[in-house]
Formats: sequence, C-alpha cells, structure tokens
Amino acid sequence: MTQIILDKQITTDEWTLVADDAALSASKQVINFNRWATAEGADKEALIAKRDAGSLGIQLNAGDTADLLATDCQGFALINVEFPKFADGRGYSAAHLLRKRYGFTGQLRSVGDVLFDQLFFMMRCGFNAMAMREDQDLELAVKGFETFSSSYQGDVNDARPLFRRR
Amino acid sequence: MYVYDDLDQRIINERVAQFQDQMDRYLDGKILEEEFLPLRLQNGIYVQRYAPMLRIAVPYGMLNSQQLRMMAEIARDYDRGYAHFSTRQNLQYNWPKLEECPEILGKLATVQMHAVQTSGNCIRNTTTDEYAGVIAEELVDPRPYCEIIRQWSTFHPEFAFLPRKFKIAVNAVEGADRAATRMHDVGIQIIRNEAGELGYRVYAGGGLGRTPILSSVVREFLPEEDLLTYLDAIIRVYNQFGRRDNKYKARIKILVKALGVERFSELVEAEWEHIKDSEGKLPSEELARIKSHFTEPDYLTLEADPATYTDALANDKAFARWVERNVRAHKKTGYAVATFALKQKGTAPGDVTDSQIFAFADLADKYSFGEARSTHQQNLVLADVEQAKLYDLWKEAKALGLATPTLGLLTDMICCPGGDFCALANAKSLPIAEALQNKFDDLDYLHDLGEIDLNISGCMNACGHHHIGNIGILGVDKKGEEFYQVSLGGASGEDAAVGKILGPSFARDRMAEIISTILDVYVAQRIEGETFIEAFRRIGMDPFKAAVYPEKVKSAPAAK
Repeated sequence: MTQIILDKQITTDEWTLVADDAALSASKQVINFNRWATAEGADKEALIAKRDAGSLGIQLNAGDTADLLATDCQGFALINVEFPKFADGRGYSAAHLLRKRYGFTGQLRSVGDVLFDQLFFMMRCGFNAMAMREDQDLELAVKGFETFSSSYQGDVNDARPLFRRR
Repeated sequence: MYVYDDLDQRIINERVAQFQDQMDRYLDGKILEEEFLPLRLQNGIYVQRYAPMLRIAVPYGMLNSQQLRMMAEIARDYDRGYAHFSTRQNLQYNWPKLEECPEILGKLATVQMHAVQTSGNCIRNTTTDEYAGVIAEELVDPRPYCEIIRQWSTFHPEFAFLPRKFKIAVNAVEGADRAATRMHDVGIQIIRNEAGELGYRVYAGGGLGRTPILSSVVREFLPEEDLLTYLDAIIRVYNQFGRRDNKYKARIKILVKALGVERFSELVEAEWEHIKDSEGKLPSEELARIKSHFTEPDYLTLEADPATYTDALANDKAFARWVERNVRAHKKTGYAVATFALKQKGTAPGDVTDSQIFAFADLADKYSFGEARSTHQQNLVLADVEQAKLYDLWKEAKALGLATPTLGLLTDMICCPGGDFCALANAKSLPIAEALQNKFDDLDYLHDLGEIDLNISGCMNACGHHHIGNIGILGVDKKGEEFYQVSLGGASGEDAAVGKILGPSFARDRMAEIISTILDVYVAQRIEGETFIEAFRRIGMDPFKAAVYPEKVKSAPAAK
C-alpha cells in the first residue's frame, strides 16, 4: 500500500486516482478535474452523488488553477494538487486559494514531484497531506515541518504576519 | 540601518542550519543534482565555469563596518583574497568551495547577513537609490519600505518557485531614478497623492534580458499600508499565469505584454480586492517600528564649505577633480556624500581585495558613522562625511586605490563577470573593460567627454545592463567565436530607454578602436554642454553608423 503523509504522520493512502474513462465504484476514488468539468447529464449527477457520499476526490493537474473549481471545491473530501516538477510552484497558489478563498476544509494533498524541501512551504500554503515522490524518505520528511520556528508572512494556518505577532 | 531582533536572527540561523542539512544530504547522495540546484540557488550558489560562485545579499546596498570586515575575512579565508560587487548591490565570491558555503553563511549570520534568495526563481534582493536617506530631493527615505519588502519576501511560502526570478526596486525621488526602477519586474515609486498622503505608484513588467522592456503603470496610487497585499496580488497572478514552458518567456514582462497592461491590472485588482483588508495590511505601528531603524545619525551642526575644505579644493587640483565627479550634496549642511569607484585599471569593475574592504571598513568608522553602501553601478559610498574631513578621506582612499575621479564617466563602466567566470556567458566581458580602461586613461579626455554610461554584458541575460548603457556592449557567439555587438542610445534613470543596435558585431581586438570612433563622432558633433546621450538623441544613429561602417556607406546607392 502507498504511504503518504497526513497531518504530519505517515499513513496508508485510502484513495486511488482513476483514469478518465474508468468506471466508478463505491471506493474512494480521485478523478481528474477535466472529467468533472466536462461531465454532463447523468454522468455529472453520478459524480455529484459520489462526491456527496464522501468518496470522490478531485485532482487539479498542472495548469488547472483554483478559480476553475472555485467554491465547487467545498463538497469534495479530497483535492489533489499536482506538482509536475518540484520547481513548478503554481500549486502553492492553488492551495492557498482553495483554503482561503474558496473555503475548502477537506484533505488537501500535494502529489507528483513532492520532495522533502518543499514540505514546509506546502504546509504553510494549506496542504495537510503529501504523496511524496517514491524515492523520498518519509521518516525523514516528517521532520521537515520543523525547519523554521517562525515565519515573516501570515499563511493559511495563521493569517497574522510576524508584524502582528512580535 | 535595520538591526535584527531575536526573531530575525533566529530565522537566519535556522536557514543556515537548514542549508547545512541540505548540503550534507547532497554530499551524501540523498539529494539529486537537479533537486539540489534550486536549493543552492536560493542560498546564493551558482556553479560557474571553474568553481561555485556565492552571492551574498546586501539588502538595498546598506552595510555597516562590522559586516564589511566579515566580508573581507571571508574573501581572505575562503576565496582568493577578493570579492566582486554586482549590479544588484550584492557581493559575490568567485572561488569558495561548495562544501564550505554553509560555514560561510554561518559566519555571515553572526553579522546579520545572508545569501537568502540571491538567485533562483524567487523574489530577489530589493534595491533602491544608493543615496537614500541623505539627499534633500527624496520624498521620504525609501529604505524602510525595502526592509518591509525584504521581510515579507523572505521564505514567502507561496512564491519560492516562481516561473522566473523576480526583482523589485523602490525609488523615492521624483525626476531621478538611480535604482533603474522601471527596468524591474515590479517598480515602486513612492509618491504623495493630492491629499498629501504617502503611497506608491506601482509599475510592473519591466526588465532587461533578451526582451528589454520598460515597465507599465499598474496602479497610479496605492496607499502606504497596502504595499504587501498589493505585491501578494501581483505575484499571485504571475505565479499562476506566467509562462513556465520557456525560460526566456517566463518573466512577468512577457505576461504583462501578452495580456496587455489593462487586463493584467484588472486581474491584479480583482485579486487584491479579496485581500486588501486582510491581516497582511501594514499597521501604522509596524511602519513606525521599521522606520525607527532608519533615523538620522548624530549629525553635528556644521557650517557649509569650511575653509579647510575650500582651501584644499583651491590648492589640490586632483582633489578638486575627485570632488567634482565623486562627491555630491548632502541634505545636512556641512556634510557630503562620497562615492568610491571600484573601477581601477587592471581589475574587473566591481572587484575589491580583502585588504581594501578591511581598510574601507575603517574609513566608514572614521568618517561616516560606521556605515557604507554598495551601488548598482558597482561602486561604494560613504554617505555622511563632514566636508571638513573630505580631504583627509580622499588622501586615505587614494592610497588604497579607491579614489579614481571618474564617477559617471566613460571608465565608470558596469560589467558582468562574463566568460572568464560565468558558465552562461557567450563571451568574455572583462578583457573589453580592461582594453577600454587602457585606451581611455587620460583623465582630461575623460572629463572632457563628460557623463557616459558604458555597460558590458557577456550574454543576452544582460547582467551588465548593456541595454540601458548610452553605449552598450553585448558579447555574442558566432560559430564558436566571441564577437561583440554595440548598441547606442540606452539610458537609465528618469528618461530610461533601451539602446538600439548599431550594426554587425566586431571581434574583440577591434572594440577599443570602435568605441574610440563612436566617441569621435560625439565630440565632433556635440553642441556646447551636450552630453553623449543628449547628442545621440539629437543626431540619431546615422552619423555613428557612417563612421563605424564607412564601407557600407560607400557602397550604398547615392543619396536621394
């Protein structure tokens, strides 16, 4: 079973990303944003029903900005944000906006090229889960949240910049 | 200047520990080369042609003597006895050992210095006018705003992996722009509105590089307390929508151009609407706290132009010449601002030895309240010197080789390290600077030519700001050979302009002669008192073309 980090603990992943043409079941499944965005009629209704049952997650892939999902995000139990490369920082803004602007309270997970040295920033932008790249050492990674004891900016977890906390 | 409190110090100390850990994991093979790259870049380390280069941040160019001494110590102990001031007011070491970099950063942290975000695709060192705080013309001291931006941008969690590097400059003088504000990704012009309230005119989308563009106004007036939320809005738009498929099209200038500044501004304003009243708004207490670090030193009440000073001016022509070029008026009567050109013959522009830095630190203590500044023209400044002591200071600086009276003149060149050091460069730039320094070493001639910005870059990345030199020189690669392209008419400052290419490029050994020809045209054509750039704007490119490429003119069809 795949191990992920959830709320700074190592845990087993319960979710499965499915192909755009895969049949849906009652298990916890994640679909790509595009499938959600293009579904119509009965297909869409089925997705909404599954979402409302708490077993549908959605994945924003590279280039899918948070405003495309907007407040629709609120019903999902899980949102994956893909990092196609560690140097591609779009996902940080997506996470920030999902949490702060669009009111997402479920599991927000970074997936893809997710490495140790990004975790601190990811946590601050609102990710509470990380599916790290396969070669990463999760035991080591969970210590990455302690790199800095304070930060200048406000963030998703504490909106107050340091100048309101000094 | 700003002094760290416990929190600032802890953040920098933790950064050193973090980087030491990253370095250990890298040397241990646990971080791959390509993954280590952005980590070392965000700590100022480039891998250059022969060795890593470590770039130290000098926030908005401010240094105290203790920091200067530490820089000198590092140059002596970890480098080859010298360091290089860059066009971003930063300091670069060309020969540190990669594995020693965390140790160097640890030493710097003890004097409240760091290399945070001095490279990589993140928010870089914020720059401003090198005369900030000591000139009468400025609206307010811009340095507190730079420090506010420094703190906000340090380890900003959302903006550590932008499409490309991001540079901010702040200017507080109307009618002069020594910070090249409009050549930055974001330019902040501090202004007052009609009601007399402080705020900013915000520009975005300027830059040099392959596509030089002057920035456009995004907002005519932004209130003082809204600085950080507005920057958040701009960069959030850029982070999401800036191009990431091509590094040459990834700067914000390309996004602003592609969308048009109106559409870009709409997006920024829409984003800002959500966050303008958030916790990120600057409270007046914080503005006051930061400003309290930039109060005036204990100036004496002095008379203007004391006799010791005017006598020295009258009796020592060399001193008078240095004062004419390198000293400017101070807002406080009896004080002066002195600039020391790091442009000695035989050394690369911006280079200083460890012993020069040690000695300069002593000069700062003795003559200027222990503070100094670095400039984007790659020079050093002592900003608070008593006029009565200028002559003594000049004599001491002269003995150190730091009193060349050529500020703003032809040989006060801006030059990148070029192909001698940089792995990106297409061509060497330092030999061109040296050839020009050798050819034009007659002070009378240089003073007669007057103010000319000559800027040299070894490649299109334009670290030497060739686009905004009155004379720009760009190293290009032609089938493996190093050639140099000349542009004319560029300018920085309030009337900033991007230079235009003169014509086909030249081999290195012809460059001094070509520049000489260009200068001859100017001297022959200038009207009384006209500077090079003024003359160029009047007469245009053609007379220069005709002189530099006579064969083309001869073979061209007869004039209409």
